[in-house]
Amino acid sequence: MYKIAILGDRDSIYGFATLGMETFPVDDIESGERTLKTLAAKDYAIIYITEDLMAKISDEVAKYNDQRLPAIIPIPGVAERNGAAMENLQKLVIQAVGSDIFGND
Amino acid sequence: MATRKQVNPTRMELAKQKKKLATAIKGHKLLKDKRDELMRQFLDLIRENRTLREKVEAGIAKANKDFVLARAGMEDEEVNAAFIAPRQSVTLDAGIRNVMSVEVPVFEYRTKTADANDIYSYGFAFTSADLDLAVESLSSVFQDMLRLAEVEKSCQLMASEIEKTRRRVNALEHVMIPQTQETIKYIMMKLDENERSSQIRLMKVKDMMLEEEHHYKDKLYNNPDVVVEEVEA
Repeated sequence: MYKIAILGDRDSIYGFATLGMETFPVDDIESGERTLKTLAAKDYAIIYITEDLMAKISDEVAKYNDQRLPAIIPIPGVAERNGAAMENLQKLVIQAVGSDIFGND
Repeated sequence: MATRKQVNPTRMELAKQKKKLATAIKGHKLLKDKRDELMRQFLDLIRENRTLREKVEAGIAKANKDFVLARAGMEDEEVNAAFIAPRQSVTLDAGIRNVMSVEVPVFEYRTKTADANDIYSYGFAFTSADLDLAVESLSSVFQDMLRLAEVEKSCQLMASEIEKTRRRVNALEHVMIPQTQETIKYIMMKLDENERSSQIRLMKVKDMMLEEEHHYKDKLYNNPDVVVEEVEA
């Protein structure tokens, strides 16, 4: 039995608690990395993470890329969009295909 | 041009290399098929991923806007109090789907209570209607968010598997197979060369033995009827 966690600045994530996800407000890089590590070790199958936090701790996030669980998924926060999520997708395409085939649209 | 491996040019080695080549070609074909199929599925998934992501991001952006609006009409403490004890909780079952030997997760969610209205974790007396709307718009993207998590993780896992397979295919195609072919060619040439040289040696020995027996040369040179032009030895 797995749970869903959501990680990011408080303003972006507090609403998700009503849906039954567990919210973990963090506001600096260090506590973000620490929380992610503990969450990944526990039974959280999906960890949603705000885009700007994702951009800050991308090295830590990348460690779980090859593991089946947890799935760490960027979502937009209230802060300005930085396009990290779409960039992520683009990177996946480049990794798999060898070049960016969706680049022009 | 591939460089050959350093091997002893023997028949044993030749047989070994031929076996290796056969295995490499078979493996190359299999891996290539695997790569092509993975790629096909990956491209389908990544397309779905993009549309889902756009949908989810738009949904969350709208929800965020609604929340800002809701908070504008309420005290901060009241908002906090409204969310302090969520009534609903979600648990996941994570299954495994096997896509060309890549194990990707499949999520199935279960809510603690069946009542859809349990997403409102507060009494309606002290909260604004905007808050209800905000919560509702958030809950409407929930299903898509789960599907997004599934798809995006699958894409991630498949991308790294495709990369690995692609490298293997290339290594077989451009290094392993040409190298083995080159080695086989080298051994065969070397063996042929050895055979020719032993053939020549035998012929020479035979010549020498016949000469010993019959002294052709003496007869030839001492025959006055035949003019022999001296041949350079």
